[in-house]
Amino acid sequence: MPKCKYDWPEAGDRKLIGQRISRVDGPVKTSGKAKYTYDVKLPGMLYAKILGSPYAHAKITALDTSAAESMPGVKAVRKIQDVGTEIQWAGDEIVAVAAESEDIARDALDKIKIEFEQLPFLVNEEDLSRAGDHAKAAGTEKSGDPDKAFSDSDVVISEGYYGIQTITHCCLEAHGSVAEWTAPDTLKTYFSTQNVSGIPGELGEALRQANIDVKNNNVETICQYVGGGFGSKFGADRWGVENARLAKLANKPVKLLLERDIDLIVAGARPSSYAKVKVAAKKDGSVVAWQSESWGTGGPAGTTMPPLPYVLTGIPNKVTRHTSVGTNTGPARAWRAPNHPQAAVLTMCALEDLAAKLNMDPLEFFMKNADLAGDRGKVYQEELQKAAELIDWQKNWHPRGHSTPGPIKRGLGISMHTWGGRGHNSNCNVNIHPDGSVEVDLASQDLGTGTRTVIKIVAAETLGLPIEAIELNIGDTKYPASGASGGSTTVGGVSASTRRASVDARDQLFAAVAPGLGVPADQLVAADGKIQVQGDSSKSLTWKQACSKLGVKTIQVTGKNPGPCALGSSGVGGVEMADVNVDTETGIVKINKMVCAQDCGLIIDLKTAESQCYGALIMGITYALYEQKIMDDVTGRMLNPDMEFYKLAGIGDIGELVVHMMTGPGYDERGTIGLGEPPVISPGAAISNAVANAIGVRVSTIPITPEKVLAALEKGEIS
Amino acid sequence: MRRKKQKPEEVAARKDNFSRRDFLKGASVAVSGGLLITEAQAAPKAPGAEAVAGPGRVAITLKINGKPQKVNVEPRVTLLDALRDYLDITGAKKVCDRGVCGACTVIMDGKPVYACNLLAIQAEGHDIVTVEGLSHGDQLHPVMTAFIEHDGQQCGFCTPGFVVACKAFLDKHPNPTMDEIEEGLGGNLCRCGTYAGIRPAVLAAAKAMKGGKANA
Repeated sequence: MPKCKYDWPEAGDRKLIGQRISRVDGPVKTSGKAKYTYDVKLPGMLYAKILGSPYAHAKITALDTSAAESMPGVKAVRKIQDVGTEIQWAGDEIVAVAAESEDIARDALDKIKIEFEQLPFLVNEEDLSRAGDHAKAAGTEKSGDPDKAFSDSDVVISEGYYGIQTITHCCLEAHGSVAEWTAPDTLKTYFSTQNVSGIPGELGEALRQANIDVKNNNVETICQYVGGGFGSKFGADRWGVENARLAKLANKPVKLLLERDIDLIVAGARPSSYAKVKVAAKKDGSVVAWQSESWGTGGPAGTTMPPLPYVLTGIPNKVTRHTSVGTNTGPARAWRAPNHPQAAVLTMCALEDLAAKLNMDPLEFFMKNADLAGDRGKVYQEELQKAAELIDWQKNWHPRGHSTPGPIKRGLGISMHTWGGRGHNSNCNVNIHPDGSVEVDLASQDLGTGTRTVIKIVAAETLGLPIEAIELNIGDTKYPASGASGGSTTVGGVSASTRRASVDARDQLFAAVAPGLGVPADQLVAADGKIQVQGDSSKSLTWKQACSKLGVKTIQVTGKNPGPCALGSSGVGGVEMADVNVDTETGIVKINKMVCAQDCGLIIDLKTAESQCYGALIMGITYALYEQKIMDDVTGRMLNPDMEFYKLAGIGDIGELVVHMMTGPGYDERGTIGLGEPPVISPGAAISNAVANAIGVRVSTIPITPEKVLAALEKGEIS
Repeated sequence: MRRKKQKPEEVAARKDNFSRRDFLKGASVAVSGGLLITEAQAAPKAPGAEAVAGPGRVAITLKINGKPQKVNVEPRVTLLDALRDYLDITGAKKVCDRGVCGACTVIMDGKPVYACNLLAIQAEGHDIVTVEGLSHGDQLHPVMTAFIEHDGQQCGFCTPGFVVACKAFLDKHPNPTMDEIEEGLGGNLCRCGTYAGIRPAVLAAAKAMKGGKANA
């Protein structure tokens, strides 16, 4: 028996938890019936568009919207930023227009006259020497005695330059909302968001500041399906507030979804990171010293230092210095595992170069140094071994420089990662009705990670019912508040609140039927659609019969997270390896295979968990090889704000992918831990290391484009 | 490098008289920040050689999923906007709006086309099938069932386009190899990274569409 009443069932008692279960919203998504914010169409609804700044840094000196306002079909025009405002990045919103059709709204933007005084700007930061006073010292940390460690005659030192680009989120559903004032003080808003429960507070506050009288409780937010977020859809955003104001002004529902170009320019940015790194190890391979000078940008606010050195935090002698560069580019947003993919590239590439200098197999090198990861060292060793087996490391790896004959060179690379992933605050209502129906309500959201499926599995498992018996309502603020879906916090939060509510509801049902079955309530179990006496299947009621004993009373229970009994924890490892081919004549890198060995505590749905890892590997291949937010030094604008030149991997670009989830003893008892972030952290470093192994030289920065490969080959040295 | 080619079917579908680019060039579009709209490849046509419609709204009838639907649209309105904004048929998604990502894929006269790259008036007189036309109530198309079984979806925003593209592909390639699948579905993009599920889903759907017979 579990020690604490809410504890997860023991392995042998789990009917659904840990199985491969298809996502419950698969039918509505595949058939096109799922309604996203972008699909909402209300009677009389207007369409809004936004005019952004063409300049990266400029002061508005004149603004005339009168011609737009007088156009037939235009119903509301809002000056978001007026004369005198200093614009800090190209694309920043200046005017919003709502009109009867998308085309009229677009035409209206064309009639708006704005004059600017252009100001000096900086949009590229890789060359720190050009940053001037945009660059600011952002802290230094030191532990141990790095100077002494590096000067030890017994150590091998490797120095290099590494970097990772700015990317944009490129959610397929653009950012935006539909706003409808159903009464003068009541707003109903459909939002493409990762944060259903958080929108009313932020939106309400912003509207009150604009002298629009609305209480948070009168702002309903709905998001049944969201076409990608990846960290970029937590806030109400200025366009969300402006849309509610346009709807107020026009007294009609308004839809404002960003155009693709604006979305790529302003609505998503993962900060860049570059570093000069020096690392030292003893001749036996044990790492003893780390030194890094890093910099990067996340738009006007600059960046904070990634967690360096990454994973192997126990390196005894360390010194880090970081410089934050403020640029006139769209502001940073959280991107899956903020700052971790950056840390992985800067750390794991530097360490693999060190292993190469030591003439050590990097697998052996990382196995040897895994204990520098603290108490997860053993997990990393298990995952390194598993991943090595899956990619057949022993057979396929060769020392750097011993390249395969012919122009196509093959190589293997490793990276490791970590993340927290503790469950967020969550409230869940479970209702058991006398007719046997079960309703689970919480204002969470399913980003496509499988949240709906996980909640249903937990409720069904606890109540001994099939998944189809659970009616689930999420994505609407009329249900109990649940946290934002970010930082891999959702599965831990919603599974725990649902479990606690379901256990309490089940126990109330036990109490109601125990007298009739002639046993104390604590001798009852719920399984296979029945309530029965433990160990005596002859004494049982079907679920429906049991619920009918409730008479007219519905059982209604709220479960919370955090709460009693430890249902989840925090802190995972994870190892990924890449096998690539590099064409030394064209510079093209092709993925042969990637493997992922990932732990995340107790897995609720193995199928959607694996999908998180497959998806992460594919997103990782995209940022390792293809995508980049390219800024133009001359105009200050993004050069590729469309999906032809902002490149995502296609179905033919990904090679063979293998995912192995670490489960069973040692993992399951940790309870649920989130999974959205960890597997997306390592691909950049693993692929970069594989390329270095293939061609014998390091391509310093990702994405590893053909021109960079050719340049590195020409330079012909490990930089 | 990823494949980036226009579907041959797309090219074939554009031999009619209208092109969206011509209209975009004529109409004053706001390209706030968008610098990379490529120049139209279409050569200018002789005056009088093509039908003239608009610029005001035009009454047209679109045959969608077997049903004629009347709609009044300006000639510059794309098939995608006509479906979504005017007819509230929202399975085809608007993502890139420039004929790159495939989220708006519909089938026109048996061929997959990007609905954002066609004008609504070009689609008149053609048979249009959208994702809504591939399922009937709870009865899902085998491609949908396979996508569910192999989890070829996450956020689901690219999924309807993929399902439609996949159906059209399998109609032409009932026994596809993996190379053919990667080529044939190269015109659809996903951000969540669901290709790993889509690949086996296409093979499974091919099998199911032939009545469960073993794949040759």
